[in-house]
Parts: sequence; C-alpha cells; structure tokens
Amino acid sequence: MIEKADQIFVILGHWLVSFLPVPLQHAALVLLGVVAIIVTFPALFAITVLLERKGLGRMQNRYGPNRVGPYGLFQPIADGLKSLTKEDIVPLSADAVVHFLAPVLLVVVVFMGYAVLPIGRNMTLVNMDAGLLFFFAIGASSELSVFMAGWSSRNKYSLLGAMRAVAQMISYEVPLLMSSVAVVMMTGSLSLGKIVDVQNQYTFGLPHWYIFTPWGCAGFILFAIAATAETNRSPFDLPEGESELVAGYFTEYSGFKFALFFLGEYVGMMGISGLGTTLFLGGYSSPLLVLNWVPSWIWFFSKIMLSMCVFIWVRGTLPRLRQDQLMNFAWKFVLPLSLLNLIVAGIWRFMGDGLLRWIVCSAILLLAYVVMARLGMKREHFGPRSYRYAE
Amino acid sequence: MFGEGILKGLGETARNFAGSFVSAERLTTVQYPEERIAPIEATRDFPFLVYDGTDWEAGLRCVACQICEKECPPKCIYIVKSTDKKPDALGKPQIYPARFDIDISVCMSCQICVEVCPFEAIKMDTEFELSTTDRFGGLLYDKKELAKSNEHYHKIHPTEAAEVDARLLEEKVKSEAKAKAAAAAAAAKAAAGTVAGPAAAKPAAPAVSAAKTAEGEKQG
Repeated sequence: MIEKADQIFVILGHWLVSFLPVPLQHAALVLLGVVAIIVTFPALFAITVLLERKGLGRMQNRYGPNRVGPYGLFQPIADGLKSLTKEDIVPLSADAVVHFLAPVLLVVVVFMGYAVLPIGRNMTLVNMDAGLLFFFAIGASSELSVFMAGWSSRNKYSLLGAMRAVAQMISYEVPLLMSSVAVVMMTGSLSLGKIVDVQNQYTFGLPHWYIFTPWGCAGFILFAIAATAETNRSPFDLPEGESELVAGYFTEYSGFKFALFFLGEYVGMMGISGLGTTLFLGGYSSPLLVLNWVPSWIWFFSKIMLSMCVFIWVRGTLPRLRQDQLMNFAWKFVLPLSLLNLIVAGIWRFMGDGLLRWIVCSAILLLAYVVMARLGMKREHFGPRSYRYAE
Repeated sequence: MFGEGILKGLGETARNFAGSFVSAERLTTVQYPEERIAPIEATRDFPFLVYDGTDWEAGLRCVACQICEKECPPKCIYIVKSTDKKPDALGKPQIYPARFDIDISVCMSCQICVEVCPFEAIKMDTEFELSTTDRFGGLLYDKKELAKSNEHYHKIHPTEAAEVDARLLEEKVKSEAKAKAAAAAAAAKAAAGTVAGPAAAKPAAPAVSAAKTAEGEKQG
C-alpha cells in the first residue's frame, strides 16, 4: 500500500500507456512525463505567487490580495486571465523576431531543467549520467534569453537591465557550480539519481543529507546565495530594479509575454530549488527514517515549496544591493569561500570517519568565514561624512 | 558583520508575519467599501450650492454675481444670470442663477470660489464617490445636482457652518436695523419734505446704496 502510494504516478503512467501499441509505449510515457511537468510546475507557480503576495503583505502588515474568491484564493486565475486578455504590444523599433523568441526560449529552457531532476522514486524523466552538467548547461541558456529580451526591445532600460543580468548571472554561475562540485566530489557521480541515492541512507533514524556535514552546510548556504542571484531574486534583483529600471529587461513586454517571463522566473526558481534539494537536502528522501511511509514525491515538493517560502521571506527582508556590492560579494566573498569549500570537502573525504574531521573541517570554514567577513567589512567602514564648501 | 544583521532582519519580518495574524492593531488597513473611517472636518473635494429652508430652488443663496465664475482658475463654473428677480430666503427680490454648472472633471478643488463668495452661497462638499459611466454629462453638475441644504453643510463641516450661520444672522440683524433706520429716516424726511416735494426724496436713495456697498466690503 505504502509502495503503491509512493509509485502512484509511475503506475498510473504505465497503465495509461498500456492502451497503446507496444512500439509507441516508450515515447508515450516520456510525453506523459513532459505533460505532467508542464502542468504541475505552473500550478505550483500560481500557488507560489499567491503565497508570495499574501506572505509579503503580512510581513509588511497588510492583508495582501483578498478580494478574488474566498481569501483571495482565485487571484492567480484572475491574473492569468488578465495577462491573456491584455494587448500584446511590440515596440515599433524592436527586433520583432528576437523580441518574440526571448520569453519562449526562457520558458523552454527553464522547463528543460526539470528533465533531469528526480522528483520522486523512479520519477526522473531522463535519468542522465551527467544530469548535473545538463542542468547547468541548460540553466546557463536563460542568460541568453534575458539578453535577447533586453537587446531586442531597443530600450535603454531594457538594455541596462539585460547588461546587469548578464554580468550578475555569469558572476554567480561560478560559485553556483563550485558549491555543487563539492557534492560531485563526494558522490563521485554527476547523476542526480545517484546523488540522491547516496543521501537516502539513515543512521540512528537520521538521513545522510549533505547539509548535515560542515562542507555541505557551507556549500548549501553558498549555493542558496548563488541560486538567489542566478534567478534574479531579491536582494539580487538588480536586473529588474523596478525603482530605477522600470522592469529591467522585460520593460517592453506586455500581456502574455510578460506573464511568460514571470512564469519562467518562478519556474526557474523552483528548478534551482529542486536542484539544491537534490544536491544538499537529500532530494525526495524523508527527513526521518520513521517518516519513510510518506510518498517520496511529497517530500520533494514540500522541500521545494519550503525553499520558495524562504525565497519569499528573504525578499520581504533584504533591500536590493548596489551593483558594486553585488560584484564584490560574488568575487571576493562567495567565490573564495566556495573554492575553499572544495578543499574542505577533499579533507573531509580523506580524513576518514571520526570526530576529528568534524572539528577540523568546521574550524577551517568558520575561521575562513570570520576572516573574510572582517576583511570585507574593513573597507566598508566609513567615517562621518564631511562636507567641503566652495570658497 | 557576520550576517547577524540579516538574521535580525529575518526575525523582524517573521515577527511581523506572525503578528499580523494575532494582533489586530498591526494591520492598519481599512478595507474600504466595507469599512470606512469618518472624514476629518477639513475634508473638501468639490463645491456645492447652499440653500436655506426646504425648497432648493427658492432657498439658493446664490445671486449669480459671477465672482466665483471669474475667479475660478480652471474655469469650471458656468453661470447664466436670470433676467427677472425672485425673492430670496430673506424675501428680498434678487437676481438668481438661471443656470449654474460646475464641471467637476475640470474642478481642482482649490476652494477659491468659496473664499470669494460674498453671500456664503458656495461651499465645499465631502462626497467623493462620484464615479459615473458618462464622463461628460455625468461629471457636469447643474444647479439641481449642486444644491444642498444648509443642514447638509452643518453635517459635513459643523464648526465652519456654525460660524457662517452666526455671521449671516449678525448681518441679517444689522441689515434689518439699517432698513428700519432708513425707513424711519425716509418716513421722517417724507413728513418734513411734504412741502419740498420729490426733490428732497432724492438723496435718500444714494444713502441706501452707500450702506449696501459698505456691507459688501465687510462681507468680502
């Protein structure tokens, strides 16, 4: 029974496919998986947007949307209808083809990332050996779409936003990869399925998630920072920068194309949350051995939604960074620490079991953190502002 | 320095988030159509015409002097003077506005018309739910739509209305006394000048008009 609940979608898929002739079955199964992903994640996107609007409202002591339906629950539907019925304006001087392709590319790229994510036990669409590599390769293409949008709009705000986005995404791509490489080093595999399997073991009822090791914890924090920047989320939302750039690279988009950008952003966030979950939080495995009866896919989705809530929480808390702060933070803090984390992961690997490796690895990371923070703060220490009047 | 500021901030937002569900005073939002807060007394948006008594047409204080029309900066007032005279609230025959239109889509709520009116006839209203489906005719208010009773004025601006009423009463008393004095003087003159005939009655008229202008200045 427990097994059935866990595998319900797999069984359902196979049952649906069994009505087709045998040569078509495999292709149909894949198609079914694609459809499931394309249906599920936009639905989660709608829930997230509602959560975000209501949650941010509560953080700012307001109600948030509460007019459409009971407690404003139908707000996403109303938003969707609105964006569908709005006029789609393409600026006269815009490069129409690229302008059209940019949101499409973003959405396609973002959904392709899900192909390799293990959503549940036996629920990976393509169980690729180099799944992690595939995810990053596909994820990097979203920069292209952002730049296409900014460039083709023929608008200075769009272009500025796109420039910022490209600079930011390339800068944070490096620590994002570096913090994931530690996981690959420990697992010895780029396959996301294998990475989850390694973490899906229990000692004393507690899981072997990578976040419960010093390097994994540091790696997860660095990954989370880089992922936030990679998805252009607040406090790293300079590419949108609504207070200075109107809406950044999608200033010139309206109607459903705008909605596609919005969708792409959130689905991308969920994708990168899924990757972080897979790498550090044990993917679809349950947090306690005694909770193993809960279907694996529930764990995956709850971990994703939890990280979305953290994204929202952070957005409600932190103000936007300045461009130089952003770059300094990437190159002078996150990148050195993630490089160091690689070394620490190596030390952890070769020190064998025992308490000593815990102490050594934690000490190195903490020391590095303290020193980096102190060094970073040194130059930020401004004296009282002085004025000099013209004679 | 070590990110504790971020943690503190996260704690603050978490406290706000949780607190907004438990304590009502955190949520300052007034959910407008269902809940309303009473407007403050100095609230104003668009002008209306005050009338005394119960009949709006007869009780209008406006005498179509057109000062407000001339002073109105965006020129949103349109007045047509009547050709005949009708008795006003005090019973005096007065010219009345045959037409008095205000285009509230043009009005900028500056209150200059109220300040220049010598007859306390135009005041600022507080009604703000004025949306209409007809943006031309629906926003052009005629005399009838503009006329509102003195009681309404008392309801929306009690202090100001009481002051205005006191002033009007004072003026009324004064003008009655003056009229009585003038009447007495005229009667005395008439009695004295029965011999002199119509030539003596002449200076009485300028005396009355001079009194009227002095009164007007005081009001302005």
